[in-house]
Amino acid sequence: MTQKPLLSLDSSGLGCESGRFHVDPWRPVDQAVITHGHADHARSGSKAYFCAEGSGDILRQRLSGDFQLTEVPYRKKFKLGKTWVSFHPAGHVLGSAQVRVEGLQSVWVVSGDYKRNADPTCEGFEEVPCDVFISEATFAMPVYHWKEGIEVVKDLQRWWSAEPNHPSILFCYAFGKAQRVLAELSKLTDRTVYLHGAIETLMPAYRNRNVSFVPNQTVSSVERGHAFAGDLILAPPSAHRSAWMKRFKNPQTAFASGWMQIRGARRRRGYERGFVLSDHADWSGLVRSILASQAKTVYLTHGQTEVLSRFLMEEHGLDVKPLKTHFGDEQIEEQFAESVS
Amino acid sequence: MKAFGRLYQRLDSTTSINLKVEALVQYFEETPPRDAAWGLNLLLGKRQRRMVTSRMLRDAFLRSFPDFPEWLLEESYGHVGDTGETVSLLLASRGICPNESQHSVSLSSWMEDRISKLSGKEDQQRAEKIFEWWSRLSVDECYLLNKLLTGGLRVGVSQKLVVRALSKWSGISEAELTHRLMGEFEPSEENFQRLLSEGGGKKVPSQPYPFFLASPLEENDWKSLDFNHLQLEYKWDGIRAQLIFREGEVFLWSRGEDLITNQFPEIVEAASNLPQGTVLDGELLCWNEDQPLPFSFLQKRLGRKKVSSKLLESHPCILLAYDCLEANGEDLREHSLKERREILEKLIQDCDEPRLKISSCLSADSKESLEILRNSSRDFGAEGLMLKKKESPYLSGRKRGHWWKYKVDPLTLDAVLIYAQAGSGRRANLFTDYTFALWKDSELVTFAKAYSGLDQKEIEELDRWIRQNTRERFGPVRSVEPFHVFEIAFEGISESNRHKSGIAVRFPRILRWRKDKVVSEADTLMNARKLLEAA
Ligand SMILES: [Zn+2]
Ligand SMILES: [Zn+2]
Repeated sequence: MTQKPLLSLDSSGLGCESGRFHVDPWRPVDQAVITHGHADHARSGSKAYFCAEGSGDILRQRLSGDFQLTEVPYRKKFKLGKTWVSFHPAGHVLGSAQVRVEGLQSVWVVSGDYKRNADPTCEGFEEVPCDVFISEATFAMPVYHWKEGIEVVKDLQRWWSAEPNHPSILFCYAFGKAQRVLAELSKLTDRTVYLHGAIETLMPAYRNRNVSFVPNQTVSSVERGHAFAGDLILAPPSAHRSAWMKRFKNPQTAFASGWMQIRGARRRRGYERGFVLSDHADWSGLVRSILASQAKTVYLTHGQTEVLSRFLMEEHGLDVKPLKTHFGDEQIEEQFAESVS
Repeated sequence: MKAFGRLYQRLDSTTSINLKVEALVQYFEETPPRDAAWGLNLLLGKRQRRMVTSRMLRDAFLRSFPDFPEWLLEESYGHVGDTGETVSLLLASRGICPNESQHSVSLSSWMEDRISKLSGKEDQQRAEKIFEWWSRLSVDECYLLNKLLTGGLRVGVSQKLVVRALSKWSGISEAELTHRLMGEFEPSEENFQRLLSEGGGKKVPSQPYPFFLASPLEENDWKSLDFNHLQLEYKWDGIRAQLIFREGEVFLWSRGEDLITNQFPEIVEAASNLPQGTVLDGELLCWNEDQPLPFSFLQKRLGRKKVSSKLLESHPCILLAYDCLEANGEDLREHSLKERREILEKLIQDCDEPRLKISSCLSADSKESLEILRNSSRDFGAEGLMLKKKESPYLSGRKRGHWWKYKVDPLTLDAVLIYAQAGSGRRANLFTDYTFALWKDSELVTFAKAYSGLDQKEIEELDRWIRQNTRERFGPVRSVEPFHVFEIAFEGISESNRHKSGIAVRFPRILRWRKDKVVSEADTLMNARKLLEAA
């Protein structure tokens, strides 16, 4: 007789039967354990939510309807059904967590989204030993290799300051990436950076957690005559080519994303400049984290699972399976930003 | 190479025309002529010698990093779509490249003393040499080096912008520079200085004139057409070429500025009966009695080092001339087409060579009679009509309002997508190269490849679908579930024993995505053969 796995996919998402909860469910359930507040992971409609400390403000802001929310500090075990659950830093965005689930027979860790590069807006990734590791694989190709965020932001600042006569608009995801840029910039300059409304809505959650930023204010709070010449403006990708852009005369534009690593992708997006800055792990970050988990069985979600699977099986003898989830659709996050802008 | 690398980065990181020109001007200003000559050569995308193949470059990487699985390199290449870029990204992740380049070798010395010395080396020696370079160059420079090695460097500027920058810097007019840059440009200090000298130095006999191109006839062009002042010709489906006979030597240039003289010995022989100092613009065609043969015949004659006498006999070519740019050594481009045509007619008549014919003029006095001519043009082996104002000078490039092309509607078939491959350049890492098939009984047989015709949104939608519906992978190629039907347009269709389907089509492209059709409704090979018989 084979043991029923601690976690498995059902129509609502990744469920834990003995714990009577789901991790990042895509349909309403009774108990939802949330890795982080990105729209493809945190969906409305469930009755009770559990998240790591730091994620609460974001979820309260983004989830609709009536619900109960429990914020739990990192590493503190709490009991759900017959399992012990705890959150561990994932280094992805503010309050992002890996979910460790301890059943009677085994320990599973669901990574959620994670990265291994330093990020001043959130606690760094923690390596958590387990039997089964469910890892994301968004950038699971060896051609993806990140420089440290501060190095990229230095390049960004050079790009910005080389254009004193026109606005410089950086497009980036409203939750996480924008704040990471603002926090890194605070080490380099004290010039004011202007924000699109969709980014501003997330700022209070960060201020509550005492993250320090470069001075910033919303574009809409600036008086009409201001031309933004030589200024840096941050906006979500959905604002590109929208009416909102009319306010800026002959701006230079850039996009900050891991996808910008590849020239073809850069050109296609129609931005002049691409900064390779991602909140997901690069290839070596993925491999390193998966091996460090000591898990004998690995499930992969998000993106390029086949190549990483083969690599882990052939080169490291792990048992690797793909897991078909609804995560990793950055378009959902983009649409979300649009709906609140 | 540092200076060129910097220029490359600057051009690559802006879409502003002014900034691009500014960067180019600064490059020419600061670069010694011997390097600028090479830089110019690369900027213009003039033919580059390929010192190593993409395969060899990947081989050099695998030899340098024996622990890196070969399949993983292939997958990476499939994802990125470009070997030079893939390898440079992998080098970056390996951390062997220094942040700052440790090479101060000039571009010319790279090209003349290093890269060119690679050929003839053994695989292992070559790999060692390349690895030594990689480990001393910055990542960006490794990318550049890889592209120089494989001869595939494309810089994000048009020839127009390069000429504009050169003109701004040198004070020589753009038109003059465009002409001086026609034909071959051997990158040397001497040639670069001559290019920019007073009077442009002495012209070499081989130098062609820039081609003048027609624009497609659009709806609102009709009102500016005056049939009394129009010269009408067929639009031929061959190769546009410029024939030069100067100082006892014949040169034949294609529109892409390739010298194709050696591929058409019969034309060379015929042209030496022209008076010295003659330049003709015309179409190369395979010809039988008084009709052109399909393009596939001409194709057989292309890309060969030597043309056998057997092929000369079975696939005879002619030049169908339609313009005269130079007679008795005099540049006629400022003269009207009417005058040039008279000179051309006399030249061809006096020369009396069956291999040099003149493209005859047609006549129409109304839109209706023009349409009739156009619709029957396929019967004469043409693909439509050319409309030229009789008073038009011979300009360069595409300038509207003088010459128009009015093509016949394309032939179309509904075909099924069966293979996809990532594109290159700006489409790298998106599946944009498609292979389509037609039904032969219950089997789908490959019939055409097409790269263009979908808009960005459709491309992305299809890309996603392909990733989710891949059946098998063969290196960068994926076979997909036969599911989507596309209407494929093409200009011509002919027999071919090189293709499994037995037919070859010209200029296939996607006309539209037939989401309203299911696979079983796609066309059959039989339908294609019917078009063939009608053609
Ligand atoms: Zn996320
Ligand atoms: Zn995600």
